[in-house]
Amino acid sequence: MYEKNGEKYFVVDAHQHFWDASPDNWVKGQEQYAKGWIECFHAYMGLGPPETHWPLEKFMKYSEDDYVHDVFEEGHVDAGILQSTYLKEWYTEGFNTAERNARMAEKFPDKLIVNGRFDPREGEPGLKQLEEDAKRYNLKGVKVYTAEWYKGSRGWKLTDPEAQMFLDKCKELGIKNIHAHKGPTIWPLDKDGFDVKDIDVAATSNPELNFIVDHVGLPRIEDFCFMATQEPNVYAGLAVVIGGLMHARPRFFNRVMGELLFWVGEDKMLFGSDYGIWEPKWQVEGFVDWKMPDTEEYSDFPHPTTETKKKIMGLNAAKLYDIEVPAELQLKNGATPAAKEDAQLVESA
Amino acid sequence: MTAVTATTASVLGALAEVYDPELDEPITRLGFVTSCEVSADGDVEVVLQLPTPQCAPNFAFLMAADARTAVRRLPEVREVTIRLEDHYTGAEINAALARGEGFAGAFPDETDGDEDLAALRDLFLRKALVARESRLCEALLADGASPEEVAARRVGDLPDDVPDARRCLELRRRLGLDDDPGSPAFVLPNGDPVPPGELRRWLRTARLVRMSLEVNGGICRSLLRVHRGVVIDDPEEVLR
Repeated sequence: MYEKNGEKYFVVDAHQHFWDASPDNWVKGQEQYAKGWIECFHAYMGLGPPETHWPLEKFMKYSEDDYVHDVFEEGHVDAGILQSTYLKEWYTEGFNTAERNARMAEKFPDKLIVNGRFDPREGEPGLKQLEEDAKRYNLKGVKVYTAEWYKGSRGWKLTDPEAQMFLDKCKELGIKNIHAHKGPTIWPLDKDGFDVKDIDVAATSNPELNFIVDHVGLPRIEDFCFMATQEPNVYAGLAVVIGGLMHARPRFFNRVMGELLFWVGEDKMLFGSDYGIWEPKWQVEGFVDWKMPDTEEYSDFPHPTTETKKKIMGLNAAKLYDIEVPAELQLKNGATPAAKEDAQLVESA
Repeated sequence: MTAVTATTASVLGALAEVYDPELDEPITRLGFVTSCEVSADGDVEVVLQLPTPQCAPNFAFLMAADARTAVRRLPEVREVTIRLEDHYTGAEINAALARGEGFAGAFPDETDGDEDLAALRDLFLRKALVARESRLCEALLADGASPEEVAARRVGDLPDDVPDARRCLELRRRLGLDDDPGSPAFVLPNGDPVPPGELRRWLRTARLVRMSLEVNGGICRSLLRVHRGVVIDDPEEVLR
């Protein structure tokens, strides 16, 4: 919980990691990819305030104590959703598996939720694994990373026929939240790997699932906005928007948030720190302090209220994940954030 | 008397015409050209580095191939080598370029056929057109013109001294869209005129496209600074 100026914010960090990218975990012969991946992540950390930067060595593998300190003790986080990203072609034990996440979550059963993953290229064994994971980790959500390499394939799409089998399996298992992260590669390589159209198709075909688009579809934020404004079950995951822009590029941050508030709407935006890329503390405090300037440049955008921020900081995600919110941290007027069935198009554009 | 040979300046001049297709900015302004050497005989070697090793292979290829084409067009150069460094598919891309092959040659069995990257490039040229038009439109509105007046503008009415006006028309020619002086100044990505009375609504979407391209450019610049130590002129960023 974070309190500022007498207002109390329930904080759900809907996108965080507990990874191991240390050299001991690099697959032999694939070191350049394992190293390149984590160094690229580390560069993103450089977009946050300098006092929050870590040396690369710590960044590759931070400890449980680091996590508890940064997320719970300092970071104001009431509930966290640990996302799983495997990348087993590059990392022997996986980059950030559900199993590793669960080791952390077991210690904080009231605070942490583990999201699983699936990869439709794994076929029947993958479906079985998803079943087992759902049971073992009580999954309510999964993260899918479409640019993962797998046996010579460099990626996949949610419109691949096999993907629908996995989405159907999710419904059967009570997994209702699909976090989609688009990466640079996809077959065929001459198409745009970041294209979010496949999420659009999947969201339309599967109205009983929620699709949270990680990093608001960056670098295709415009296509994401055009999609999210039409699909009631598509949500914006703000990881990278707050961490990558709020400090380094405040004017861009204002513009991106303005467009998201206009096209997607405050009921469908979820805070995520992307920890360990960025610590939640400065993001939570900075976002609560953030004001859309009252200048001509931003006059067309909705201006966030305290209520807007409470929804984005945690109440929207609490709804998607059935997280209980103490009465004193709910919206004062008793209003609850819109569920997907309430969601309407933002003002016609 | 010795023959005229290429100079670093002339090569860099040619590279300044190569755009990052996703960002619609010249690769020289983005700091992607990290070295450019011209031998006494006129052999050219250009090294490119992108903000991260994970940048998309298709766009990386387009920039490297465009760089090669642009430099080879200079009459006074001999061998041209373009090297994409520190990229996870750099080896494949460099080898294909050295063989004079296209994208499908770099990644056999990983593309969809012979179209190469034409459709991808076309898609992003049209996004770039929207972004350029939105800047031009906002400049005209800020200058005091009403939305109705702006919507009625023809190509022939556009000011000569606004770079975005010239750059819109360059793109329209490249895309095979009408750019006659009597044709509408503001068109949709398919070349149809922005419907009269819809300018404000169109601008709302066009501005989002523009913002996306500009934000991506900003993130790339930040990563270049943090990851590569490349500092480029960047008034938007709050420096540490």
